[in-house]
Amino acid sequence: MASEVMRDVKAGRLEQSEYAENFSDIHPPLNAHEAAVEADRCYFCYDAPCMTACPTSIDVPMFIRQIAADNAKGAAKTIFEQNILGGMCARVCPTETLCEEACVREVAEGKPVKIGQLQRYATDVLMREASEHPFERAPSTGKRIAVVGAGPAGLSCAHRLAMHGHDVTVLEAREKGGGLSEYGIAAYKSVNDFAQEELQFILDIGGITIETGKKLGADFNLADLTGKYDAVFLGIGLANVNALGVAGEDADGCEDAVDYIAGLRQAADLSTLPIGRRVVVIGGGMTAIDIATQAKRLGAEEVTIAYRRGQDGMNASAYEQEVAQTSGVTIRHWLQPKAVVQDDAGAVAGIELEYTSQANGTLSGTGETTTIAADQIFKAIGQSFDDHPLAGSGLDMDRGRIRTGDDRKTNLANVWAGGDCVRSGEDLTVVSVEDGKIAAESIHATLTA
Amino acid sequence: MADISSNFLGIQSPNPFWLASAPPTDKAYNVERAFEAGWGGVVWKTLGEAGPPVVNVNGPRYGAIHGPDRRLLGLNNIELITDRDLEVNLKEIIEVKKRWPDRAMIVSLMVPCEEHCWKNILERVNDTGADGIELNFGCPHGMSERGMGSAVGQVPEYIQMVTEWCKQYSNLPVIVKLTPNITDVRYPARAAKAGGADAVSLINTINSIVSVDLDNFAPEPTIDGKGSHGGYCGPAVKPIAMNMVAEIARDAETKGLPISGIGGISTWRDAAEFIALGCGTVQVCTAAMTYGFKIVEEMIDGLSDWMDEKGYRTIGEFQGMAVPNVSDWQYLNLNYVTKARIDQDSCIKCGRCHIACEDTSHQAITSIVNGERMFEVIDEECVGCNLCVNVCPVDGCITMEQIAGVDPRTQEPIDPDYANWTTHPNNPMAAKEAAE
Repeated sequence: MASEVMRDVKAGRLEQSEYAENFSDIHPPLNAHEAAVEADRCYFCYDAPCMTACPTSIDVPMFIRQIAADNAKGAAKTIFEQNILGGMCARVCPTETLCEEACVREVAEGKPVKIGQLQRYATDVLMREASEHPFERAPSTGKRIAVVGAGPAGLSCAHRLAMHGHDVTVLEAREKGGGLSEYGIAAYKSVNDFAQEELQFILDIGGITIETGKKLGADFNLADLTGKYDAVFLGIGLANVNALGVAGEDADGCEDAVDYIAGLRQAADLSTLPIGRRVVVIGGGMTAIDIATQAKRLGAEEVTIAYRRGQDGMNASAYEQEVAQTSGVTIRHWLQPKAVVQDDAGAVAGIELEYTSQANGTLSGTGETTTIAADQIFKAIGQSFDDHPLAGSGLDMDRGRIRTGDDRKTNLANVWAGGDCVRSGEDLTVVSVEDGKIAAESIHATLTA
Repeated sequence: MADISSNFLGIQSPNPFWLASAPPTDKAYNVERAFEAGWGGVVWKTLGEAGPPVVNVNGPRYGAIHGPDRRLLGLNNIELITDRDLEVNLKEIIEVKKRWPDRAMIVSLMVPCEEHCWKNILERVNDTGADGIELNFGCPHGMSERGMGSAVGQVPEYIQMVTEWCKQYSNLPVIVKLTPNITDVRYPARAAKAGGADAVSLINTINSIVSVDLDNFAPEPTIDGKGSHGGYCGPAVKPIAMNMVAEIARDAETKGLPISGIGGISTWRDAAEFIALGCGTVQVCTAAMTYGFKIVEEMIDGLSDWMDEKGYRTIGEFQGMAVPNVSDWQYLNLNYVTKARIDQDSCIKCGRCHIACEDTSHQAITSIVNGERMFEVIDEECVGCNLCVNVCPVDGCITMEQIAGVDPRTQEPIDPDYANWTTHPNNPMAAKEAAE
């Protein structure tokens, strides 16, 4: 189909000041007064539901009480004891479905204590003001551990191991450590290069060496590590992006959302990023929300998320959907991709979508279709584990990811795994941090037994 | 609509809300703003003798303790009596009273414990048109070091002596303001009555150090590295004040002595409670110093609305109604058995009732029922102490209910008749018949 409108994908749609505003902190940090007022709202519950709801079991009532008692650094230490990435989690956790959903003030008034914001306040104070790392390393054990992947799981594991006195080498495929904190999180959730600041903070404990540009399956194999190290932790995430599986998917302008976001996160100047005038995003999870919202904030005129189920089927929380909608994104439900419409040059001109309906839990197309004109299409229908780098390693798999026990130990001797590459819970930063922590404790117990 | 006007010792005021002798009543400007706002009367800030006025510190005068959200719960001050010239004060008192004839104008006084000093000041005050005088026997800081204020109030004989002088040299009603910095407030009250006092007012401020600066290791407020104890007031002192008011109201020797209640009164309800304990007027300071004079509107409307709701036409109709119900512990009914009841619909499951009971009391509240987070009272353990009610953040969620029949805790039948400690078998001094 020939498009009548010229395809419009270009950089620099906005003034520099608009980029700065659009990508500034989505939740500006609380100041000391705001934190004190908010901390006063916490009831210091017994067996607090917020703490139970936190995948890393942060003692929320205690850290909030510490803030209220003018001890923000002590509060931060309480947080970091359970979650060394407490600063990033404070920024990216879907608190509305975790601690804040469980808050008794949510039950009482529909207004939970702003736990995430308070956590950010405390961790910011410590990271800004503390003269040294809050934890001390135990005496050296002489044990050497390789951690593959410098994302949240790997860094959490590395830090805990270093704290126990082990020497850790982190092997990271990309140029920088941080994983999704550095390459995946929406820019307005982690401003001022926070991922790198946090990475440095974690390394400050000592005993951790990061080697970047070292890719599993290319630069080394798992067997190389098991031969050289006392233990190995795999925190290698999900390297594959799911395809739409429709005609025209390879058309120019039909892109993977995660790749675009990674580019956005690394861009020195947002005005250099080409973005379509009309953008369609396929998917219903956090990545779909993030790419849609950021596309809008890069100056796209119309951004539409098309999702194949209803609103309550979306993985993105109601709050995140609202963030997208208030940024000007349109969310349409019960539409699944049928074909990418191309222009004469073979580039994206739109997307043909088929209406869907659900009966007895089964989703099916109705046969009726609609077409949305688009200059750019982003695929955000999930990521999957790439097992090629581990070919021949003998690792057991569980539904396409690495199989582990509750202690995050794999079937191989002295190999542990955690984060998105295992099925331990939702694919969240905070779950990965917990995986890394559990694995580190298990490794430590094993090596010191 | 209820009539909330007050007639205290013959002093008329449109409402019982007076401003206590303190910074808000130190000069005409403030007092007239208070009258414009609706206050029924003022006790003018304490005048001293003629001559060079006292001086105040030039550093901070106040310290405070705060509740959540920095709500001021207690205020402490080291300010002295008025540091303005006596003549200026007297002139302003005359002028203000002239302009506001319907408002109560009481003048607070503090001069050395010598007869001629009191005679001199009274001669001046008698001519101002003021409605009464209040003797400041209460201030615990500064002036007490010079033999005045609480130094007088702590010696019943002095109270009586000075009160007698005042009755001798003035025809104005004499209100004796009492210090709480004593062991038994009934003695100074009795002394005031013996001296001929028309009324007592209480409490004055309580000796206190509100905080210590941990950088300089000095009490706050800190003046050049040092601090002094100050007078404590505000919502935090209300319970102490009410007990002292009640002690005087129910004491056989002082029963019927008019009382002007002071101590942490911030709302209409606080005022109504003091009046129910026998007060004829109430005096307010900290609440005004925290929020300004406008709060009196809430106090006036609140008291009036509550009286309408309850059918009280005048303040006198409920004044002192709580006094007969203030009892000694030994007369409380030991056959009155209560158990806590938790309303599951309003429970927000914070668990504070559980942990308070579990850690510090009687292990009478569950945390898990059938595997679910749930807080229920275990009647077999509950002694009815009310701690759970007090720590619950939801008003009305937990209540105490009287039970009859068998007490599940003791497995004993509950005697429906009143019985107290005086006849209890465990009391070695028990009488045969219950005293009431």
